[in-house]
Amino acid sequence: MDVQTGFFYLFSIVLLFAAFRVVTSRNPVHAVLFLMLAFSQASGIWLLLKAEFLAIVLVLVYLGAVMVLFLFVVMMLDINIDGLRQGFWKHFPIALAVGALISLEMAVVLFGGFRESRAPVIPETVLSAAGEMVQYSNTKALGTLLYTEYLYPLEIAAVILLVAMIAAIALTLRSRKDSKAINPALQVRVRASDRLTMVSLAPTREAPAPAEAPADEETTK
Amino acid sequence: MTLTLAHFLTLGAILFALAVVGIFLNRKNLIVLLMAIELMLLAVNMNFVAFSHYLGDMHGQVFVFFIMTVAAAEAAIGLAILVLLFRNKSSINVDELNSLKG
Repeated sequence: MDVQTGFFYLFSIVLLFAAFRVVTSRNPVHAVLFLMLAFSQASGIWLLLKAEFLAIVLVLVYLGAVMVLFLFVVMMLDINIDGLRQGFWKHFPIALAVGALISLEMAVVLFGGFRESRAPVIPETVLSAAGEMVQYSNTKALGTLLYTEYLYPLEIAAVILLVAMIAAIALTLRSRKDSKAINPALQVRVRASDRLTMVSLAPTREAPAPAEAPADEETTK
Repeated sequence: MTLTLAHFLTLGAILFALAVVGIFLNRKNLIVLLMAIELMLLAVNMNFVAFSHYLGDMHGQVFVFFIMTVAAAEAAIGLAILVLLFRNKSSINVDELNSLKG
């Protein structure tokens, strides 16, 4: 058993344990933290598969951005966990049975059909566009492919991200109705006539006898 | 015992099965459902990377790149909807999401 196999089993066991804790942990914050652990272990496994760029992207994008977003949302919401875990243990045996069945069947089929153990050897050096021999780089190979053959899908992916960003902002943006905040611009622009309106009221009936008090001539609003 | 393609594919399958179990168990908790979907996408990505390595084809890794893009967008919009839901219902229980009942 070489070093690579040892690392594979280490990463796998931690990854599966973390994934199990994600779906069974009581506290959603713990679940998110275990999900972060799972993604970091997956990144290690991708490094074993020599997908260095994707491994780093997994750490930067998933651990750094998506999981932190999850963490923010989970911490922001005040969740009643007990109500959400109703029927958890009732479904546990059948869920475990179904999961074990899926894993077992897949393992039997996959170990029957994919005994491939030799990966194609990646050359140490490759011929660059300028005609020189340069060291092979996973990032460079992926970038070359992305910006030539997959340029149009890449643009679509960018638009998808833009739409997602705008949609997320549009969904959550709101102005509170119960807020008593003042608008300074309106306050500065106000004039005296906006506050006090002089109204000359026409008498609706004949003036009373002069002995009584005179009627109000102005009304304030 | 050397590593074969089947090792990585089986790891992905077990991860996917765990995510399915998670969806079974946490049918009321919307946050854990979203996390289980993330785990499923991770399992799929694992298969893509493993095939890409053992078949010597970079296109698999490009596909993983695009899956990650879509997954990030899905997570962002899903969480935005979740926040909106919690604001309106003060709960994230899936059973209470019946206002669109036809």
